[in-house]
This record gives sequence, structure tokens and C-alpha cells, in this order.
Amino acid sequence: MLIFEHARPGRRNYSQAPENAADTSGIPEQYLRKKQPLLPEVSEMDTVRHYTRLSQKNFSIDTEFYPLGSCTMKYNPRACNALAMLPQYIGRHPLAPEDTGQGFMACLHDLQEILKDVTGMAGISLAPMAGAQGELIGVMMIRAYHESRGDFERTEIIVPDAAHGTNPATAVMCGFKVVEIATDKKGNVDIDALKAAVGPQTAGLMLTNPSTLGVFEENVTEMSRIVHEAGGLLYYDGANLNAVLGKVKPGDMGFDVIHINLHKTFSTPHGGGGPGSAPVGVSKRLLPFIPIPFVKFENGQYDWVTEKEVPQTIGRLSAHMGNAGVLLRAYVYVRLLGRDGMHRIAEFATLNANYLMAELKKAGFEIAYPTRRASHEFIVTLKNVKEKTGITAMNLAKRLLDKGFHAPTTYFPILVPECLLIEPAETESKQTLDAFVTAMKEILAEIQEQPDLVKNAPHTMPLRKLDDVKAARELDLCWKPED
Amino acid sequence: MSIPTDLKYTKSHEWVKTEADGTVTVGITDHAQELLGDMVFVELPQVGDTFTQKQECAVAESVKAAADVYCPISGEVVEVNTPLVDSPENINQDAFNSWLFKLKPSNSDELGGLLDAEGYQTLLDSEEH
Repeated sequence: MLIFEHARPGRRNYSQAPENAADTSGIPEQYLRKKQPLLPEVSEMDTVRHYTRLSQKNFSIDTEFYPLGSCTMKYNPRACNALAMLPQYIGRHPLAPEDTGQGFMACLHDLQEILKDVTGMAGISLAPMAGAQGELIGVMMIRAYHESRGDFERTEIIVPDAAHGTNPATAVMCGFKVVEIATDKKGNVDIDALKAAVGPQTAGLMLTNPSTLGVFEENVTEMSRIVHEAGGLLYYDGANLNAVLGKVKPGDMGFDVIHINLHKTFSTPHGGGGPGSAPVGVSKRLLPFIPIPFVKFENGQYDWVTEKEVPQTIGRLSAHMGNAGVLLRAYVYVRLLGRDGMHRIAEFATLNANYLMAELKKAGFEIAYPTRRASHEFIVTLKNVKEKTGITAMNLAKRLLDKGFHAPTTYFPILVPECLLIEPAETESKQTLDAFVTAMKEILAEIQEQPDLVKNAPHTMPLRKLDDVKAARELDLCWKPED
Repeated sequence: MSIPTDLKYTKSHEWVKTEADGTVTVGITDHAQELLGDMVFVELPQVGDTFTQKQECAVAESVKAAADVYCPISGEVVEVNTPLVDSPENINQDAFNSWLFKLKPSNSDELGGLLDAEGYQTLLDSEEH
């Protein structure tokens, strides 16, 4: 039921109502509304009940284990929220003078410095407001770099087939031709294919490391040498950074640009559309193109760096300072962890993934890359299960919902048939992981003994199995009042 | 499902049937529909469009993914299967009889380079590992 369907004419929600009628005297007549906006007329109690009920129907990281591979659905510490929501931060106007916002700017400057340190890059801009925007900006900088040197022949971006789908999309958005290269049987980029693909037309390579196959690229420095020798630059998709955080620096691997998903690795709220935040880090040669604004500290004063100091910048990505509230949460998170805590992120992310992988293997599940150590995630394939029983990865995923677990990512990466991409994340305890293994074992037994139970799952959710085809074909997204 | 022996195939899972009038009919294979799952939409080319071999010429979208269809041989589109747009599930039910479009080849030699049923079966076996 939609909030609009609870509406009755004349009902008001007084806690949300403005104290005074708006003063519209300065607005020219033609711009004034003739009709009231179409808002639901509901009481405060109905509103509270409606949204509380919705939240109860929702699977979330606050209620269930959420091993959604590639998404890093880890717990968002309440302290980060509490501190970022201090009234002094929330009430701050983005155009307030710098000397009244020194505390806020100090936080951002500190965050820039910490991210610089942990990624090994020469500069950081906190401006991008989503992973996809961070990627776009990264590739725009690569283009700006080549063009600034008068090199207009570099029209291709190389993307391994194990990359995130956004990588080729980003390259195309920036006007490049995508050259896809293959993955070998161990899950590494095929080095010979890379050698054959590079040349004077190569603008750069986009790499997700660890890859979406959940393995660390073993030949990364070799790859970086090959691309650099051909005159291309290297882009690091930081989506899986929690697997290596504090252990390996992308800058040391030779990368020229990286985006970091704060809403993944740095535990800011995630899902339901964000808001995301994806700072970009750049190597020395891309520093002139870094997006503005960012914060500098000079003569005891924090100030914004703008196009005056970075004339070749690719520009602004929003009116102000990116998603400031998200940046503050990430800042509190890194300060709570400290340097030692940062090391533990990668340690526990990989430990949890490898423990879960070993236990599921013991339970009889087929691991897609059994010879490789998992990074922070790994892939189970139900290819043989499907051949023998007809039960698919999607069936198993739905059955997991019945057992109180969010499903892992299904059918991604597309290289592996009938796959589940499982990422426990570092915040989960051994007890939770064991409970998940128990549920998976139960489902495996059910597949043998009561296959229909699995095939028709979920059974306990507010909605049963959905008609995906109907949902995709007959989109029903807009509510309109009955006249 | 057995692979019809009167058709030719591509490595990207399209099937091609040579008609008596010299045109070719193009669809996607049963293996392709099985990988994609329940079809939601198909986007067909327009009559008069010309494509070169391996160029993207149509889109098959399922609940799982949107996949490009690659033109098996170069040529001009002379007819499209418009009814399929309203019933893409036909591809799931009978992929080898749910054609997408007909093509007037501009270089018939390219037909010789396509796989026969046996070659396509070998390809599928190798993809299974």
C-alpha cells in the first residue's frame, strides 16, 4: 500500500507543517503555484505506522546477515551517524564563510590525507557523489591527460571481462572504444591478451582488484608495466578495496587513478540508492586535472582549492562539497579504527570469506575457483546441481530468505554459470557465519529430499515468488489519484 | 535439445538459415535462450538497416541480462519478425523457430565461415569445460 492510499482530504501531519505561511510577496505572479502540490494528506500516526511497517518488511544490514557479493554490505557503526549529525554539521550552510567552518573543513582535510596515505596516491578529491561518478571522473582525467599532451590518438580503454559492468559503461560515456580482454583459468587477466591489446591507441586500462571473481590479480605489477610502456594510464576500481585496505596500496601497484567507495569500504550507509560517495585519488601526473573543490591547509587556515589554483581541473561535480554528510561519517569511521584498525579490515574481510568458503566446500558446495585463496568474496556455482536437479542459483537464493539471510549476489559475474557471489564482510562474527553455513547445508539437503520446497521459495516472505517477466514488461511505477 | 542440422551457427550463439530466395533468416540458439532465461524484450533492427558481420544488430533482454545479438554475416535487413516484440517468450519456447530478422547478404562467402551443427555442438561442449 502506498502512502497516498492512506490519504484522506484535510488530514495533516503537524510535526512536519511549517510554523508560518510562506512569504511569497517577492515572487512574480507567473511563478506562483495555482494548485496545491500533490502531497499525501495523512496524519502523523498513519505516516509513522506506514514507514515503520515498510521498514519491517525490508531486509537490511540492521536486521539480517547480508552477504551480497561485490556490494560490501557491512555494518554502519552508530557512532559515525551520531557524530556526523551533530547540529553544528547539519546546520552548516554550504556557503557559510570558511572561518566559521574550520572544524568541518579540518575533518575533510584529514579525510583527504588519510585516504591519500592508505591508497598511496598523490592527491585526493572528495567531490564525486557516487561510485559511477567517481569512475566517470577518473576516466575523464585520463582523457584530459592525453589531450593536454596533444595526444589525440588514444581512443581505446582496455577492460578485463571480469570487471564491474560499470567499467566499460564509463569508458563509453567518455567517448572511448572498449577493448575487452579475457581471464585465464585461474581468474587472472590473460597477460598475452593484454600485450596484444596495448598500443599507441591505448588510453588506459580499467581494473577491479581484487576482481569480481574474488581473487587478487597476481600479475598486477606486470600489467601496470605493460600498460605504462604503451603510454596508457591505469585506473583502479576501488569497489573491492576492503580486501586489501591497509595491506597494499594501489599507488604502489602503479595505478594513476582510483575511486574509493566510501559507502562500501568505509561503512557509510549503503543501499536504497545511497547517497554514495566516491573520492578519487590520483598519481602525480593527473594532479593538474583533479576535480574541485578540495581542502588545503595553509598558514594555520583551512581553505577551498578552486580553479584558480588548478586551472586544468576537469571541474566541479556538484554545487558544493560532494555528499558532505557521507564524508563526515567516513571520517569518523577511519578515526574510530585508527591505523591498526584499518589493517584489521582487510584481515577480517579475507578471513571471513575464506572461512565461509572452506566451510561451504566441506558442506558439498562447488567453489568456482577452488585453487585460489578468496579475497573478501568468493563464488559458489550450482552448475552441476542444476544439471542434476533443475534447482537454480535463484531458487537457492530465494530459499535463503526463508532462513533469515539476505541472498548473495546471483548470476554475477556472468563468467560463471549459476553462480552465487558471497561476501560476508569483516563485521560479521563466526557465529553468524556458522549459522549461514547451517542454512546452506539445510538447503542442500532439501534440494535432494524436497526439491519443490526450494523451487517455490520463498514461503515466509511478505510476497511469494515474483513474476519477474511481468514485473519487467508491465512497469507500474507512478501513482495517480483517481479523479 | 538437438541442434538442427539444416542451420548454420556463430560462436556468439546466433543461428542462420539460408532461404530459397537467397536471403538468410537469423535467430538466437536454444543454448543462448537457456543462458539468458525468461525473455522480457527484444529490440529488432529496422528494414533497410545494413550491418557488417559481427556488428551489434539487435538486443535480447531477459530477466537476468540484456544481450546484444551480432549480425552473423554482412547484409541488409529485408524483413523483421515484428510479432516477436509482443511475445518474446516464444524464443524461450522454440528458439529455432523464433526468427528475429531476414537479411539480404552482401557477401555470401561469409556463410562458408559459419559453424555447422556439429561444429556448434563442439563449441558448446568446450564451453562446458
